[in-house]
Amino acid sequence: MTEKKWPETWQEVSPGCMVFTPGSAQEYHTGSWRLGRKPVWDKSKCIKCGVCYIFCPEGCISADEYGYFTGDLTYCKGCGICPHECPTGAVIMVDEEG
Amino acid sequence: MSKRVGMEVAIAAAEAAALCNIDVVAAYPITPNTHVAEHLADIVADGRIDTEFITVESEHSALSAVLGAAGTGARVFTATSSQGLLYMQEIIPIASAMRLPVVMIIANRAISGPLNIWNDHSDIMLQRDTGWISLFAENGQEVVDMLIQAFKIAEHRDVMLPVNVNMDGFQLTHMVEPIEIPDQAEVDSFLPAYKPYATLHPDRPVTMGAFAMPEIFNEVMKVKNTTLVNAKKIILEVWKEWESLFGRRYEPVTAYKTEGAEVLLLTMGSMGETAEMAIDELRQEGMAAGLLKMKLWRPFPFEELREASRGARVLVVADRAVSFGGPGGPLFAEVRSALYGEPKRPVITDYIIGLGGRDVMIEDFKKIVKEAAGMDHVPAECAYDIYGVRGS
Repeated sequence: MTEKKWPETWQEVSPGCMVFTPGSAQEYHTGSWRLGRKPVWDKSKCIKCGVCYIFCPEGCISADEYGYFTGDLTYCKGCGICPHECPTGAVIMVDEEG
Repeated sequence: MSKRVGMEVAIAAAEAAALCNIDVVAAYPITPNTHVAEHLADIVADGRIDTEFITVESEHSALSAVLGAAGTGARVFTATSSQGLLYMQEIIPIASAMRLPVVMIIANRAISGPLNIWNDHSDIMLQRDTGWISLFAENGQEVVDMLIQAFKIAEHRDVMLPVNVNMDGFQLTHMVEPIEIPDQAEVDSFLPAYKPYATLHPDRPVTMGAFAMPEIFNEVMKVKNTTLVNAKKIILEVWKEWESLFGRRYEPVTAYKTEGAEVLLLTMGSMGETAEMAIDELRQEGMAAGLLKMKLWRPFPFEELREASRGARVLVVADRAVSFGGPGGPLFAEVRSALYGEPKRPVITDYIIGLGGRDVMIEDFKKIVKEAAGMDHVPAECAYDIYGVRGS
């Protein structure tokens, strides 16, 4: 799932490794780092406090149009900080299929 | 027209930097570099140059501040010494990795401990492997010249690397010497305005100092090393241009009375002038002795050293730093390594001298050269001695 592309040769590395494409970190799908466990949100317990959103080290949790939070698994590394910090137990880690 | 004046070398260094149209200076005073930072602060405060002087609380911040400023496209300068240089350590390899042309003058001083404020090369030798271009000045004139040259070298599009100019603490910094200070028009014609490769600007987004995964790190290190090695070509070009404009010649390895020399002495920094006088006396006494003076430390001048030492029977290196537990002083270790592949290489030996400001006199060099002249073999290990140690 990692889609990051590297320069083919050392001659193609830009001076000082400068990156001229803004937001290129988005191309690197860190969700491939997960080791079989992912967070899931239970809307019935979510109080829309945003603690999970604040603590997420990847910045991949956001609120939906109704204010409930959910994670973007393309970037979620499965660290588990969101269930650890959730004050109501609305987030739990579950086994991923396969 | 250049003007020949009697000036303290540290003050002259500040005056040289002021001639270079620098945009940002951040420096923290530390003996023996203090007068450089203080005098530059005076020059800025007096309104002689339009430069931002950022007063910082440490050397770590000084280099960080100028690095950030360089990222915006500013021409930057900093100065330090010894513990201050060590405090900058974390940022030093980052400056070269980011390819930002910072120019720094280092008033070389022994590193603690024990605490000592006087000269040796232990501070810069700890920065040897950080990817900077490293020049060594022999006298006040060379400090001024190399500082101005440093900006041109650093900013060249094929280089884009930071440069440090080394001047021996006290032996140079606090010495009043006759120095020819180029005038502003001369410097302006030699050193055009800085045209940065890229700048931090909201309209043209760029990431400098990005994270690099193992998949690219080897390639990036290859670029950094190749760029530094190839910088020698530009350094030679800049020195050639300097010679044509100002008549003062600069070479990676300067030879002094080496014709027919059987024994060569190799020095770096201000010791070169004392060593010249020792060679003069040895020649008068009938000894075929000569002197090599290294001016370019990084990138290491392999070809020039091989060329300059060819034909000598003995090469004696005068080191001004100890590589504790290692093969010898850092200069010696590299010189021996550089000459290892030569079919007819000289016997190479090492004297570590002048540590922490210990005086090195003409007599000392004569003694060293005479002693080394009698050597026909040097062991692979313990090929060195710390000279002048009482009780040994």
